[in-house]
Formats: sequence, C-alpha cells, structure tokens
Amino acid sequence: MKFFPLIWATLWRKKTRTIFTLLSIVVAFLLFGVLETIDYAFAHPSSGVTGADKLITTNKYSITLLLPYSDAAEIHAVPGVAEVTWITWFGAYYQESKNFVFALPIDTDSYFNVHKDEFIVPENQMRAFRGTRTGALVNSALLKKHGWKVGDKVPLHSTIWTQKADGSLDWTFDIVGTFDARDPTQASAQAQTVLFHYEMFDEGRSFGKGEVGWFEERVTDPSKAADIAARIDALFANSPNETKTQPANDFALSFIKQFGDIGFVLRAILGAVFFALLFLTGNTMMQSVRERTPELAVLKTLGFGDGQVLELVLAESLLLCALAAVIGLALSYATLPVIKTALQGIELSPSALLPGLGVAVALALVVGLPPALRAMRLNIVDALADKH
Amino acid sequence: MLRQLTALLSMSLQTLPQRLGSSSVIVIGIAGVVAVLVSVLAMGVGFRHTLADAGRADRVIILRGGSDAELNSNLTRNDVDTIANAPGLAKDAAGKALLSNEIVTVVNVPKIDTGTDANVTLRGVGLKLTEVRPELRIVSGRMFRPAVRELIAGVGAARQFRGLEPGNVLHMRNADWTVTGVFESNGDVHESELLADADTVGSSLERTGYSSAIGLLTSAGAFPAFKDALTTDPQLKVDVQPEPAYYAAQSKQLSKLINVVGNTVAVIMAIGAMFGALNTMYSAVAARGLEIATLRAIGFGALPVLLSVMAESLLLALLGGVMGASLAWLFFNGHSVSTLGGAFAQVVFKLTVTRALIVTGVVWACIIGVLGGFFPALRAARLPVAEALRAA
Repeated sequence: MKFFPLIWATLWRKKTRTIFTLLSIVVAFLLFGVLETIDYAFAHPSSGVTGADKLITTNKYSITLLLPYSDAAEIHAVPGVAEVTWITWFGAYYQESKNFVFALPIDTDSYFNVHKDEFIVPENQMRAFRGTRTGALVNSALLKKHGWKVGDKVPLHSTIWTQKADGSLDWTFDIVGTFDARDPTQASAQAQTVLFHYEMFDEGRSFGKGEVGWFEERVTDPSKAADIAARIDALFANSPNETKTQPANDFALSFIKQFGDIGFVLRAILGAVFFALLFLTGNTMMQSVRERTPELAVLKTLGFGDGQVLELVLAESLLLCALAAVIGLALSYATLPVIKTALQGIELSPSALLPGLGVAVALALVVGLPPALRAMRLNIVDALADKH
Repeated sequence: MLRQLTALLSMSLQTLPQRLGSSSVIVIGIAGVVAVLVSVLAMGVGFRHTLADAGRADRVIILRGGSDAELNSNLTRNDVDTIANAPGLAKDAAGKALLSNEIVTVVNVPKIDTGTDANVTLRGVGLKLTEVRPELRIVSGRMFRPAVRELIAGVGAARQFRGLEPGNVLHMRNADWTVTGVFESNGDVHESELLADADTVGSSLERTGYSSAIGLLTSAGAFPAFKDALTTDPQLKVDVQPEPAYYAAQSKQLSKLINVVGNTVAVIMAIGAMFGALNTMYSAVAARGLEIATLRAIGFGALPVLLSVMAESLLLALLGGVMGASLAWLFFNGHSVSTLGGAFAQVVFKLTVTRALIVTGVVWACIIGVLGGFFPALRAARLPVAEALRAA
C-alpha cells in the first residue's frame, strides 16, 4: 500500500494516453453492465407468480387451445393440491393497440387463495370488488399511467372475445380498487395487470363458454411439485384436452426462451468488445513499460527485487482496469431505469453487475502480465545502457 | 502539395510495420465495432425480409374487425361465403373465387437446439391454396391430401424444429398427423409454418369457423372497391388489408427494437474504438516526432503533414471496417434463427448481410478513423519544429 503514490504517479506518466485507455475500458464496462443485466433478466424471468409452490397447467399441444373449466374440480381433488384457480387470456388494449393491458378474468375466491398474501388490496376495495359484477382491480402503476381513478368506467378492447349481447369486442369495467404486488421484484411483471370477474366474462362472451385458458395451482409441499404435476397430467392423459403442468417459474422460462438465444447474442457482442479491449489495453501497458525501462532499472538498482517490480507493474494494470471498471459499471447502473422503461415487464437486478469486477481483475492480469514479466526479467546493466 | 502528400504517405506506410502493435489496435477495435453493427443489423434486415416483404400487393387478408392478428380472429362460414362473392377477386377457370379460408393456431413443437417447446403456427388452408399462393413450392416429399391428417412444413420450420422431416408423425390433440413434405415460399413468413387442410384442422380443434380469408385480387388496383364492398356490408364486421400492410404491422415493433439495440450498442462501441484510435495515432505522431520535425524543416507544409496522418488513420480504419464486415458476412450471412414474432408464434428468419449493410459498416469505420486521426494530425502539423529537433 505504501507504494500507492508511486503506482499512481507512473499511471499518469502520459496523461492523454492513460485517459484515452481509461475511457475505452469505461465504455467496455458500461456495455458489459447493460448487456449483463439484460441477460440476467432474461435468464431469471419474473412471471408475476411467486414461489416454488405454484404450478401452471396449460393445454399440452398449444397454449391457444382452451381447457374445460370442469377440470378444476378434478385437479383440486389431486392430493397435495391446496387450491386451484382458472384464468383466460383476454388480449386487451386501451384505446390504441400500443396500450396493451394484461386483463385477466379471475375467480375471486380461488385466485386470491392460490396467490395468498401476494397482493396488497385495501380491504374496503376488495369488498367493493366482490360486490360489483363489472368491477375491476387495477394495478396502481397502470391506473396512474392512464390517469384513471377509482370509480371510473373504463372500456377495454379485447382482440379475441366478442360479447354475446351485441357482438362487440369492447368491454366496460368499473374500477373499484387498486392492487400492488407485495413482492417488489414482481412489480414490473404486474405493472399492466387488470383483474376482473370470470363470472361476468363467461356470461358475457359469445363463444367458448365454460372453457378457460389455463389453471394455476398452489401445492402444500413444493418438494412434491413434480409428482403432483405428473398426477394432474395423468388425469387428462387420454382426453381430447391433454394437459401439461409445470412449475410456474419453468413456464415463464420456457416462454422467454422462445425469443431465441438472447444470451448468445449478448455474449457474442461482449466477446467482440473485450477482444478489442485486450489489444488496446495490452498495447498501452506494453508501451508504458517499454518507455520506463531505465526507470525500472533504477528501481532495481535501489534494491527492489524482481518480484517487487513485477508486482508494481501488475498493480498499475490492476489500478487502471479496476478504476475504469468501477466507473463503467456505475454508469451502467445509472442507465438501468432507462432500459427498464424501454423493455417493459422485465426486472433488472443490480447483482448482475458484480461479475464485472471479476472480469476487470482478469483483464488486468492478462494485459499486465506480459509487460510485468518483461520488467521482472530486466537486467540492470543492459537496461541502464538502453540495450534491451 | 500533392507530391508532398504522396511522399509523406508512402513514408508513413513504410514505417507502419515498426508500429504494428499499436496500429493493430485501430484495425481490431474498428473490426469489432463493424462486425457487431453489421451482424445485428443483418438480423433486422432478415426479419424484415421474412415478414414485411411477405405477400403481394394484390393479395388481401380479411380478419374479423378489431382482431389485429389472425390468431385472435374468427370468421363464420356465412362470413367467408359473403367474402367469396365480393367484386375484385380473381376467379379460376370454373368461375370460383381464388379465396383460401384459413384456420390459424399454434402448436407446441420442440426447438432442435434447446429441446424446449416453441409455438409453431399450424395453418389450415383452403383448397385454392396453390392458386392463391403460387409462390409455394414443394421441395421434398409431396403435398398434403385434404380430409386426412397430413401436413407440410416450411423449410424454415423444418430447420429449427424437431421432427418435421417427411414421413414423421406429430401427435397433436388426440390424433397423429403425418408430415408429407417440405415447402419453400420465397423466404417469407409461411416458411416458418405448418400447412394442412383447413377443414381437417377445424374438425380436430372442434372449431366451426375460420381465422381469416386470403384472397387474390384481379389486380392491386381492385383493392379499394373490394374493401368498400366488404366494409359497407352491414352483415359483416371485417378488417381488410393488403398482405404487405398486415405483415408490416406485425413486424414493426420487433424490427424497430433490433435496429435501436444494434445502433445503440454500435455507437457505444464506436466511442470506445475512437479512444483507441486517438491513442494509437497520438503515439504514432509522438514516435515520429523527430522525423516530422525534420520534414517540416526541409520544407514540407503543415497541411500535407496533417493530411498524411489522417490518411494513415483512415486507411487503418478502412482495413478494420472491411475486416469486420467480412467477418460478419462470413460467419452470419444466411445463419438461420427464430424468435417469437408479432402474434405468439415463432418466426424463422435468416441473417442477411446486404451490400447496403456492408457499406454502412465501412462508412462507420471511416468516421471513427477520421475522428480518431484528426486531433493527433493537428498536433503533428503544429509541432514546433525547433523544439522537436532540439529535444531529440
């Protein structure tokens, strides 16, 4: 540590060169931070459903095919299933198709039983919801986004479901309350959600009566989840509507995987960035040591050991890379809110930034080692005579 | 002056091998930027080519009003009968309208590379398929037969998803379907799909209506009259669009996202590469300080010195740009990938490195080279001759 001023001084021996090198490394780590957080978010999707105790049952052959509502009773009878609820894709938007709304017709009792303690709903609003046939609970972020208020009547356009009464695709709801996710990591996954009554939906739709999109189950013992899933699927094995039951987290992951190998694309970009960076930084370090040959020889003359000289050069490389990495990662941390708005519905975790520090150390060692070894092997007499 | 410039340039190029290490920083840094830029944009071009360029202006798609996508839409048999009688549709020799009533659904088929289920479009098509879509060509096996559970797979789908070779059997909803052939379709989105007979698909899904109707018009000019006839019919509630408009809307969001991401990443990388170029050129100028001062002393002008330094940087950047674009072309042109397209279904497309993309990449390289060379060139030109000579 006592050599820090020395290392610091040698680092800034050529100011412009160090600044440009530093800036290049900063840029590389800015990209690293941004791309890694996105990769992390895709690898750890938040499904809006928390907990290892949740299963999702869909149609085995296609997520667009419906399942009979009557399956719910059979699923509920499977030992280990604490509660089951049914939900249907409503495909809604508000006014324009870009205002996507994740509206879900739910069975109130079973839904809030499966998702016990996952939502914060004021008690009087929950009472109002139960008592209003056309009532809807709106995520508070969505309420704010569209400037709605509790008490408003809001029309939502379904791209799928026509109404029996007039064949219209526009459904009107009374906003009776708001809800928030108790788990903050689920907040962005639920930021566009509207919950309304299955009874109203089933009576109102012109086709598909008694059919639902998927089932969500809560199991009593998460360690038996796989076994329970297999039992549920066995119930419907030879029916026209075979099912596929999987843990909710796997379901979300397999959906995300359908977007393609995003991780590969991001890692390929980072690979190109760091390959170029290796040359740039390595070249700078090499140049800097070469220029300082006589100085290094003087250090050795003063009694610095070969190992100490090696350490000094490595420390300089480490200082440069770590300094730049910290600045770059801090910058990428600052951009997280911007990415979050650009990629709606994903949760960004700052913990994805931590591996960046490891990368910085690795980079420092790789680019610092060749010049450090050169410095270590310097022969004092030759170096002072400028014959090296 | 031109003679001075060429003399200087040839001198600096001759000494370039001595500065190989630091010069390669420019070449490799810029090659990286251009390779990433071209590859990501090639994804956007490929995706657009598959979706936005799908279809013909004289072919229309009719959906239930307000449905946005085929997967959500629902037309009754009455609806499609009315549509078949609308003016402007091309007719076959027997006077029947060239209209294909289609049922669109997605089925789970595992991806070859990950083994996880993906949503693949299964499209039930009408008997007029080959007349409505003349670009469709069977490349192996044979066409499916109506009224039996047979299907054909697009070449894109066959490449990305498991078990779609002719002769294979797919199990779907209590029934076995035989793959009888693989088809091509001008590289459009249908190559990501499975095609079968609409009524067979309908009966298997227990569905009585259709998702959409695809009609071939007598000409693109017949569209307004055709659309008016359908939208003014009080019995019908439909949206009528030429195919290109429908597919452009389906692909808009994703291709915009690809371009924004590609350009943002490339801009950030370009900034990094520019710092690298600045570094290299500053040290090149510093290493040649004595040489430049001598040249200035024997009468070379400041401008030729400035231009020669910039030309060197530009040349190195150009080399990097061409290298990067070639790498992107070599590794990724024609590389087949798939993603979730507009409507819940997989779209298979190929990365397409076009000439325009290569030009874009090389232009970016030149900009980085010029910017990275300018300030060092300025320093070289302003070098106080006497001081530089004395310092040596």
